[in-house]
Amino acid sequence: MGEFKVHRVRFFDYMPTAIRAMAFNAHTERLALGRMDGSVEIFNFADRYFQEKVIPGKDSRSIEALCWVGGRLFSAGLNGEITEYDLETLRPKYSLEAYGGPIWTITSNSQGAHLAIGCEDGTVKLFEVLEESIQFERNLDRQKGRIISLSWHPSGTQIAAGMMDMIRVFDVPTGRAVQRLLVDRGFGGSKSRETVVWSVVFLSDCTIISGDSAGKVQVWDGHTGTLVKTHLVTKWDVLALSVSKDESSVVVGTSEGTVIQFQFIAPTLQQQQDKEWVRTRTFKNHTHDVRALAEIETAIVSGGMDTQLVVRPLLEKFDERSHASALRKIQFPHRNLVFCAKKAGLLLFQFPGQLELWRLGESDGHGKPGDSLPLKRKPEKLLHLKRKGEDHICCSALSSCGGWLAYSTMSSVRLYRLQTDNNDISISKVPKLPKILRSAHQLCFSSDSSKLFAASSQSSVLVIALSQSECKYVHTLKPKSGSRQPIHLMTNSVDGKWLATANSDCEIHVYNVQKLKLHCIVPVYGSCPSAMGIHPTTNNLTMVHADQQIFEYSIVEKQYTDWSRKLQKQGLHNLWLDRDTPVTHVTFNPKNPEQILLHDMHMFCIIDQSLPLPDQKTQFYNQMTLRSLSEQERPSHLHAFKICKTFQVCFNGDVPGYLPCSTSSGPSRSQPFPPNHRGLGWTSQSSTGQHKHTSLITGAYLVVAALTPDRRRCSRYSSSACGAHTLSQSGSRAPRRPAPAASEVGVGSGHSSGAAWIGTADLDTHSP
Amino acid sequence: MATLFEGFTLCGLVQTSSASDSAIQGIELDGDSDHAVVTDSTRAVTLYKVSDQKPLGSWTVKQGQLLTCPAVFNFQTKEYVVVSDNKVIRVWKEEDLNLDKAFKATVSADVWRVHSAPGGELVVLFQRGAVRLLDSLLSAPQQPIEGILSEKEVIRWSTNIVAEKQHFVLFTTEQRGEHFLYVQRLNPNTLQKYRLEREDSGASPLSFSASLRDKHINLLYLYPNGCVYQSVVAVRGPVGLEGVQALPRSLRLRLPVGEGELGAASAVALDEAHVAVVGMPHPSARTGKDFLCIWNTNFQTLQAEILRIVWCYLGKLFVPHGKALSVIPYECQKSSLASALGKLRHPGIAVSKSSVAIPSWNTLLHGDQPQGPTKIVDTRKSVLTVVHLQPLQTGPVEEVRREVEALVSRGDAQDLQLSVGRLACQLVARSQVETAFYAPGALARLVQTQCLCHSMCPDLLLLALEHKDYFLCQLCLQLFPDIPEVVTCACLKTFIGNEVLQTPYSDNLLVPHLKDLNAPQVILFLQYLQFIYLKYSQDVYTQTPVLRSPTMTQIIDWVCLLLDAHFTVLVMAPDAKGLLSNLQSFVKSQVKLFSELGKIEGSLQELHKMKPSKDISQYSIEVIELF
Repeated sequence: MGEFKVHRVRFFDYMPTAIRAMAFNAHTERLALGRMDGSVEIFNFADRYFQEKVIPGKDSRSIEALCWVGGRLFSAGLNGEITEYDLETLRPKYSLEAYGGPIWTITSNSQGAHLAIGCEDGTVKLFEVLEESIQFERNLDRQKGRIISLSWHPSGTQIAAGMMDMIRVFDVPTGRAVQRLLVDRGFGGSKSRETVVWSVVFLSDCTIISGDSAGKVQVWDGHTGTLVKTHLVTKWDVLALSVSKDESSVVVGTSEGTVIQFQFIAPTLQQQQDKEWVRTRTFKNHTHDVRALAEIETAIVSGGMDTQLVVRPLLEKFDERSHASALRKIQFPHRNLVFCAKKAGLLLFQFPGQLELWRLGESDGHGKPGDSLPLKRKPEKLLHLKRKGEDHICCSALSSCGGWLAYSTMSSVRLYRLQTDNNDISISKVPKLPKILRSAHQLCFSSDSSKLFAASSQSSVLVIALSQSECKYVHTLKPKSGSRQPIHLMTNSVDGKWLATANSDCEIHVYNVQKLKLHCIVPVYGSCPSAMGIHPTTNNLTMVHADQQIFEYSIVEKQYTDWSRKLQKQGLHNLWLDRDTPVTHVTFNPKNPEQILLHDMHMFCIIDQSLPLPDQKTQFYNQMTLRSLSEQERPSHLHAFKICKTFQVCFNGDVPGYLPCSTSSGPSRSQPFPPNHRGLGWTSQSSTGQHKHTSLITGAYLVVAALTPDRRRCSRYSSSACGAHTLSQSGSRAPRRPAPAASEVGVGSGHSSGAAWIGTADLDTHSP
Repeated sequence: MATLFEGFTLCGLVQTSSASDSAIQGIELDGDSDHAVVTDSTRAVTLYKVSDQKPLGSWTVKQGQLLTCPAVFNFQTKEYVVVSDNKVIRVWKEEDLNLDKAFKATVSADVWRVHSAPGGELVVLFQRGAVRLLDSLLSAPQQPIEGILSEKEVIRWSTNIVAEKQHFVLFTTEQRGEHFLYVQRLNPNTLQKYRLEREDSGASPLSFSASLRDKHINLLYLYPNGCVYQSVVAVRGPVGLEGVQALPRSLRLRLPVGEGELGAASAVALDEAHVAVVGMPHPSARTGKDFLCIWNTNFQTLQAEILRIVWCYLGKLFVPHGKALSVIPYECQKSSLASALGKLRHPGIAVSKSSVAIPSWNTLLHGDQPQGPTKIVDTRKSVLTVVHLQPLQTGPVEEVRREVEALVSRGDAQDLQLSVGRLACQLVARSQVETAFYAPGALARLVQTQCLCHSMCPDLLLLALEHKDYFLCQLCLQLFPDIPEVVTCACLKTFIGNEVLQTPYSDNLLVPHLKDLNAPQVILFLQYLQFIYLKYSQDVYTQTPVLRSPTMTQIIDWVCLLLDAHFTVLVMAPDAKGLLSNLQSFVKSQVKLFSELGKIEGSLQELHKMKPSKDISQYSIEVIELF
C-alpha cells in the first residue's frame, strides 16, 4: 500500500492525576471517578467502560469521597464543602460549606434520603436530600477526633464511623454513640502512632469490617462490639474497602498496590453452615496505593496513586471468554488532547493547567522502512500558555492555518490570534468575545478559519464568525431532539458546509453551516460515538463507536453508504471488536479517497474501502504475513484493515509515546522525487496497476501523539501533601500516611510507565 | 560423583600361571544381594555371604571333571545350575551337599554358558550359537542342537537381559578378526546379527558389557588402545531384517593408556554417566601396576581410582586381584557439572581458566582435528621420546630444570598437555624413590603451564606438602581445578592462605575432612577469615578482582563450613567465645541490612527498568511500510 513517514513524538508529558475516590451506580451502570486535581470522570460500564463525561477540575476543589444518590452525584473534600454536580452541563451545581472543617467522607443511606459526612471536628453531620438541593438536618454526638470513614447500616438506623484508634457506632434516630470498638495499634515503632481507620463497612447482619493504617482488616460483631477476627494483610495501610451487593464478598485496597478479596464462606466443605470471612484472592495490578475501590457485579474496579483505573473481572462470573472477561486498564482520557494545525505543521498539547504549542521537526531524507530519518530541523516549543483562573482547561482548538488558538474552562472561553513570522511567534488575545460565549464543551475552527464553533449547553452549538478586526456571534444551532446532554465530539467538513456533533445520548446531528440549520440526524446507535470524521471529498461521515462498530453515513443522501451496509452485513472481525480501547480519531488520506485512518491507544489502522472486508476466518493482523509474501502473492491476501502496531505503547514501558506524521510514497520507491517535495511525497498506484507519479506533491500529516505519565509525580508524597493541607485547616496533626519505601530513597517508578495514543490524525494537502 | 569405598577381601585365590588370566570363571548373584556364587577356574563353586566375607557352602565336582561354565542361581526355583565338561548340566539346591548326587543331564552339543536373570527363565547358550530355555532343554536333553555360527566363528562374550517381559541373549563372536554381535530374542525367537566396526589397529575388543537403559540395550566395549565405545540396540528393534547389519558406535571415553596398549582390561557401565574400568598396565604410574577407575563419561573426568575389576553387582565391584577376590562397594550420584568439578573457584575467571586448566581427555588424546587414531599414537610417541631423555631419570636438579624449561618453551599446546603430565608423573615418581631428589623449579614450571591438573598427577601436591614447598602448593591450589577435599584440608592443616579458600570443593565432601582440624586450628582459621573479611569490607569498593584474592562469597562460605563442622566444639571452647559473638553480631547486621534492602527492592527494580528508555530520543521521523 505504501510507505509512511511517522513523526514519533515523545515530549507530550501529560500525566493524569491520581485517583482519589470512586462510586459506582449499579442502577445506571455509571462509575464516577474523582481525581486528585478535583476532576470527576463518568465511565459508562454498560458501554465498554467508555469515558462518557469529564467534569474538569479546579484548584480549590478537593475530592475525598464521592457518592451517588439515585442519578445525582455528590462529592465532599478537605476544603470542607459538599458539592453536587450537574452531569448535563458538566459543572458543579452548587457547593455547600458544612462547617465541620475538612470533610473526610460522604455516604448516603440506602433509601437515598440522607447523606452523612464525617468531619475533621469529630462530628457526623446528616443532610436531608431534597429535590434540587440538600439541607443540613443535625449532628450526631460529637466525638473527640476526626471522623475518617462512615458506613450506614442498610436499615438506615445505625452508622459506623471509623476514627483514630477506634470505631464508633451511632444510633441515627437518637444521635447517640452506642458502641466503641477499640482498634489496636501497629507493632514495633508504629506503636506510638495512632491507628487511622481508613475505611469501614456495615453489613446487614450488623457485622462491621474495618481497614486501618496498621495494615489490619478486622471483622467486628456490631451487636456486642466485640472483635471477631483480625487479618493482617499488609505492613502498611489498608486504605479502601468495598462490599459486594449481596454482602458475600469484601475487597480491600492497600498501599502496597494490592487488592485483596475476602469472602463469606464456610472454611471447610463439611460445615457449610459456619461461614466466616476468609481471605481468598490477592490481585496486584497497581504499582502504588489503591485508594478507591468498587466491587461491581462481575468485576473489581480499583484505582489509586498510579492513576490507572483497573477493571479486574471475576472470572467465575463468566461462562465464556469475551471482551467483558478481560482485564481492563484505563490509563488515559478517551478523547483528544493533541491537535494538529495541518498547514502550519503545528501541534497543540492540552494540559489541565496550560497549553503547549510545538512546531514539528523536518527531515529531507528518505529511507527504507524501519529507518529513522536524519532531522533537518528539530521540533520546537513555540508557546507555553498558562490558563487564567482556578478552573482547569476543558477543551481547546487550533485552526488548521495555525492562526487561531482557543481554549475554554468551565467559566470562560479565551481566543488568541497567533502570528508566526519566520521563527518569531506573537500571540494576542482577542479582547471582546460575544457575551453568549461563556464556556464550551468542545471547540473547533472551520477549515478556512473563518468560523469558531463552540459546543454549548443542551447540545447546542454557537457559531462565531472570525475576522481580523472582530469576532461576532452568528447563530446558535440547536438539535431538534431537545437533548440536554453535552456534546463530546464535533467535526466539520473541509468544504465548510457541514458540521457534525455527537452527544452523550449517542445522538449525532449534522448541521448545514451555510444555511445555519439542522440538516439531518443520523439514526441513533446504542453505543456512544468515540470518534468521527467527514470525508474531504465525498462528505461521508465516518463514525466509530465505543463498542468498536464503524458506520459510514452519506450526509448528502442522508443514508448509510453501501460500504457501511456491507460492513454491517458481514460484521466486523472479532479481533477488531475485542480491542480494549476506543478509537479516538478518524481522518482520511487526501491522496487516496478510499482510505480512512483510525487510531486507538495501541495502534493505528488504515481502512482501504476498495479492498475486500475480512471475514472471521481471515488472518486479521496480517501485515507481517504480507511482508513475507512476494509481490505476486500479496494481492490475494489483502484485506481492508491495515493495522500498524509499530507504535504500540508498552504499558510497563520502554516507549513513552510517539507522534507519527506520515506520508506515503506509493508502491515504488524508484520514482524520483521532485526537489521541492520537502520529504513529504505522495505517489499513487493507478487502478490499472501501473505506477504513476502524480503531479500533485503534497504534504500529508498523520499526527498521533501520546501521553507520558510521569510516575515520579505519583509518589506518595502527594498524599502527605494532602495531609499537610488538613493541618493548615484543622490546626491538629493530620493523619499522615506512611511514607513508602519508594519515596524513602527518593526514587519513584520513573518515566517509563506508560503512554497512549491520545492524539489526532489529520491529513492535509497543499500545493508545492 | 562416584565414590569408591574401602574394599575388602572376599576370599583368597589360587594363583594361575598367567597374570592376565583370572582364577575365577564367574561370579553370579544369589537371590539375596548379599550373596555371591563364585565359580573358580577348575572344580569348585562357592557361595559367599559378602558382608561377612564368609563361605556359606561349597560344591566341587570329581577329580577329572571340569566346570566349564560359571554356576548360576535360578531365581524361580532357588536352584543352582552349572555345566561340567561342556555337556553335563547339573542342577542342585543349597541343601544338597554332594554335587555328584545332584540332578544331571547330558546334552548333545557343547554348552557355552548358562545365563540367569531375575525375572527371567534360565537360558542355555551353546557354543555354536544356539539358544534353548533350560526347562525345555532338560525335558529332552538329547534333542538336536542346530549350529548358528559359521566355521571358525567363536563366541567371545555373552550375556542376557530381561527387558519389558522380553528376554534377550546377547553374544559376540569373532571370525577372522571381524567381530559380530548377535541379539537373540526369545518368545518369539528372532536373531539379529550386527557387525562391529573394525578398529583401525585391527585389535580385538578387550571386554564387553551390556546394560539396559531407556528401552535400549547399550553395549560398551573397550579396545586395547583405551577407546571405550558404546553401541545402542533398540529393544523393539527391527524384527525380521535379514542379513548382517553394521552396528554404529560412538566413542564414550578415551582412556589415557600411556605408552603401550592395555594388556588386559575390562569396562563396565555403572550408570548413565559412569564407567568403571579396570586394567593394566597403569598408564601414568610405574609399569606392572594395575588400576581401577570410575570415569564420568559426560565430563570425561576421573572420579575415583584404585585397582582392577571384573564383575559389578548392585553397588559392589568384585575384583580378583592378586591372590584375593576383593569386593569394593561404590556409589555413583547423579552427576552435574558443579558436582563433577566441585564449587568453582571464581565466577568469571573460572570459565576462562578452566577451559585451559581441565584438559578434556578427548581433545588431549585425539584432538578436535579429525585425525586418525594411528596418527595420534605417532605424535604421542614422538613426544614421549623427547620426554624420555636421560637427564630426567638420573640428572641433577638444575639439569632437569633446564630440560623442562626447554621442553615447555618448545612444545605446542597439544603436545605440551600430554608431555607435561608424563613429565610431572615421572619427576614425582623419581622424587618418591630418591628422597634426596626434589626439583621444585621444574615442577613449578610444569604447573605454571596450566596444562596440569590434580588427577593427572595426584602425588604432586602431596609431595610438595611433604617437602614444605609452600610456593608450589600455592601454585597448585591456584591452578588445579580438581583438588580433592581431603588434600585441601591437608593443605589447610599445614598453612593458611588465600589460595586454599579459592580451591573448588563440594560442601558435603569437605565437611567430614574439616572435622579433622583441631580446635586451635579452627579458631586460628576463623580469626584469619574474619580478618580478611574485615579487611575487604573496608575497601570493598576499591577491591579489584585479582586471581590470588578470594571473593567475599568464598570467605563467607568457608566461615559457614567451618562453623558447620565445628560448632559444638567452638561453643565449648572459652577462647572462641569472643570470636563467635563477633560473628553472630555480624550475621545479625547482615540480616538487618538485607531486610532493609528487601524493602527497597521494588524501587531498585524500577531503577533497573528505567535504564533502557534513556536512549530513546524525544522525537524522530521514521519510515514505516504498510501492505
